Amino acid sequence: MKKLIKMREMSDNQEGIIKKISATGEMGRRIREMGMVPETPIQVQGRAPLKDPVAVKIRDFILTLRNNEANHIMVEVDTSVTNRNRV
Amino acid sequence: MKKEFTIALSGNPNAGKTTVFNAITGARQQIANYPGVTVEKKMGRVNHKGHEIQVVDLPGTYSLTAYSLEEIVARDFLVNERPDLVVDIVDASNLDRNLYLAIQFRELGIPLIIALNMVDVAEARGIKVDNQELSSLMEVPVVPMVARSNRGIQELLDKVVELGKASPDWRPSRFSYGMDIDQALDKIEEIINRSQIYDKKYPARWRALKCLEGDSQIVELLKRDPGLGQNIHDICREISKHTMDTLEADPEGVIADHRYGYITGITKKAVKRKIELRLNLSDKIDKVLTNRLVGPLFMVAILYGIYAFTFWASETPVSWLEAFFDKLKWAASSVIPPGNIQSLVVSGIIDGVGGVLGFTPLIMFMFFAIAIMEDSGYMARVAYMLDRVLRWFGLHGNSVMALIISGGISGGCAVPGVMATRTLRDPKERIATLLVVPFMNCGAKLPVYAILIAAFFAGQRARVLFIITLLSWGFALLAAKILRSTVLKGPKTPFVMELPPYRAPTFKGLFIHTWERTWQYIKKAGTVILVFSIILWAMMTFPTPSEEQVEFYQERQNKITDSFLSSHYVKPWIKDKDDLAELDRLYESFMNAETQNDMAALAELDNSRLAPLVKAVAFMENKEVYAQGIDGSLLSAASRYLIYKQGMKETTLKEQQAALKGTIAGWIGRQLETVTNPLGFDYRTNIALVGGFAAKEVVVSTLGTAYSLGEVNPDEAGSLSERLKREPGWNPLTAFTLIVFTMLYVPCFVTVISIRRESSWKWAGFSIIFNLTIAYIVAFLIAQIGSALGLGV
Repeated sequence: MKKLIKMREMSDNQEGIIKKISATGEMGRRIREMGMVPETPIQVQGRAPLKDPVAVKIRDFILTLRNNEANHIMVEVDTSVTNRNRV
Repeated sequence: MKKEFTIALSGNPNAGKTTVFNAITGARQQIANYPGVTVEKKMGRVNHKGHEIQVVDLPGTYSLTAYSLEEIVARDFLVNERPDLVVDIVDASNLDRNLYLAIQFRELGIPLIIALNMVDVAEARGIKVDNQELSSLMEVPVVPMVARSNRGIQELLDKVVELGKASPDWRPSRFSYGMDIDQALDKIEEIINRSQIYDKKYPARWRALKCLEGDSQIVELLKRDPGLGQNIHDICREISKHTMDTLEADPEGVIADHRYGYITGITKKAVKRKIELRLNLSDKIDKVLTNRLVGPLFMVAILYGIYAFTFWASETPVSWLEAFFDKLKWAASSVIPPGNIQSLVVSGIIDGVGGVLGFTPLIMFMFFAIAIMEDSGYMARVAYMLDRVLRWFGLHGNSVMALIISGGISGGCAVPGVMATRTLRDPKERIATLLVVPFMNCGAKLPVYAILIAAFFAGQRARVLFIITLLSWGFALLAAKILRSTVLKGPKTPFVMELPPYRAPTFKGLFIHTWERTWQYIKKAGTVILVFSIILWAMMTFPTPSEEQVEFYQERQNKITDSFLSSHYVKPWIKDKDDLAELDRLYESFMNAETQNDMAALAELDNSRLAPLVKAVAFMENKEVYAQGIDGSLLSAASRYLIYKQGMKETTLKEQQAALKGTIAGWIGRQLETVTNPLGFDYRTNIALVGGFAAKEVVVSTLGTAYSLGEVNPDEAGSLSERLKREPGWNPLTAFTLIVFTMLYVPCFVTVISIRRESSWKWAGFSIIFNLTIAYIVAFLIAQIGSALGLGV
């Protein structure tokens, strides 16, 4: 089942496809120039020891961003896959 | 035919730009700053097949906007200096994001070569790039290479010469960013082309694009023609409203999306992927090193390891340097006759500059360790793991490096710490960081702590040092919080940061990184430290004691000498002052030979007439092996000699103390007593603290002079500890207050200069006042609350 959630809500190792980025200005630019644009597949790699920032694999590299920045990114995830990966 | 080219080296951070630059230019490099900013400009030259090529290393950037200083610098260089071509270093294992910058060079139209670096890494990860295909799709030459192992460098230079000889014009590419944006672009381009003020430096299309991106620098340029500016502004506002309504993104976002769309199209054709491993090696390492439990533990172990390594590795070279400067002092003292000049050279220049240069090996090894952390990619993980904590205090994950270098674990230096703040992009976060790094316990503060702990907290050394470390972090973070909610109020910058893959650092890269920073440190010692050492020396020397004062002490010394010479036990041995001088000389050489176990020298001394007396003195100084042949009268003479020596020493020290009290520094110290009395500091401590402005180690040596101990070597300050312990007015509370005050008060002079370099005089001045205020308030509270609680006994 496909579902649209905020990147912040993704669990570790979960995969998804970016659908919308609502950040504008400096934050929007920084996110986009690193390749976070709609239709890009991503996978959450993990989170820092204090659960923030989050590390995301995107286009062959790892990008970190804070939870409040991840809030601006909507990701389409396949919930059935998520459950399998969550073990 | 053109024989000389200028090329600009560009590329994303971590794409291997520095490696390529080093591989091309070797040792023929020079570093300067771009005019008016702190961004470093590295240049080098190479001669390739008879063509002299000047290489300019542009700052590593992801984009060419006007948001960051580095990007503006890179852009201005291209537009104003018009290099013949740009070599864009592109990481083949991370092609999409690296091409984003290449696309923007094409928008600008400057002749471009793509240096496709790290093709080996890409292939190891199952990424195979078709160079020919990439070249034809990007419409620029592509040279594959592995800069780390020098592969492809010659081919790149061939291509540079080939393209450079053709000297093509700038040819801006016209990409499509969707119909709405394209139409707006056309309109703005036309307006700009018709305009009178349009200088041909910037291509019109590119300028139009920047207007739509809301590029502050370009928009500002257009304001020179108000009518034109307004016209374009209206178009931009209209299109912005339109894209927000239809696409829920600003034009800048839409443009970025299209650039990436174009890139994705290219890489789909030019890149062949084997089935991708779910986790490559770097990801696997990360699973451990940034793990919630193991990560922080490992980080602490690494940071501790760096300090252990730095101190272990630098111990021997530091002692060599110390010995060298001691020899130099000795040589200077014997060449220059005693007096003000000798004092200036020995106590002013050699002590001041030597004190700083003596630390060079320590600084060098620390930079080496830090370069390993940076070049391996671990540093980015530290920032990642600590960002959450630092953010709460208004700092950034990247601030941690500056704090650690400055002495976060104790034993760093704030000067390179201040320089390390360059990695912070937001000016407010950067200034907040550089204002609080001087609170860390740098290597120069340690001797001060050491003597005070030895005197008053002897049994609890480790615990007190630990508390001191915690306190300095606490104060630094709290001060940052205060600054960020008052004078440096502003939004937090995004933590959108790359975690580069782990890589084994190259020796060449480490060497260059280490040397560049160490050299900056050395350069400072030769310039500002030199000047300031002289000023401080003058403050602690002038005005010199009055003639009456000098006579008074001379008189005293004469009395002591006369009383020694008049003793009938002494007379058989020492008849006059010449004999006395001979005895002094013999005794000194004897003790030297004794400590060094120099049998030949000892045997030679035996021939002297005064040998029995010298041995008797040694016997009285606990050298029991010389008991043989000593009788009562010899012993009495020896003890007279020791009394004489003690008296002379005390008089000299009293004289020095009185002289210091009379100098400018002494005057300042006494004036400050009104202010520092609540802290429990008297004028002597004040003088020491004033001296500490030059370098914190000076606090120890000045306390030594002020408490009349003569020369105090910070490493062997045991006697000063003893002295302070016995001194009325000193107690554990005073000691602790002084420790905290030393930790927090004014950054040393070199740090202030570095702060100015990285910001402005305004902030450098601010840092002095801010730190003094904080130090005073905290020390005041400790002293007052402490004594109210009855701790000051």
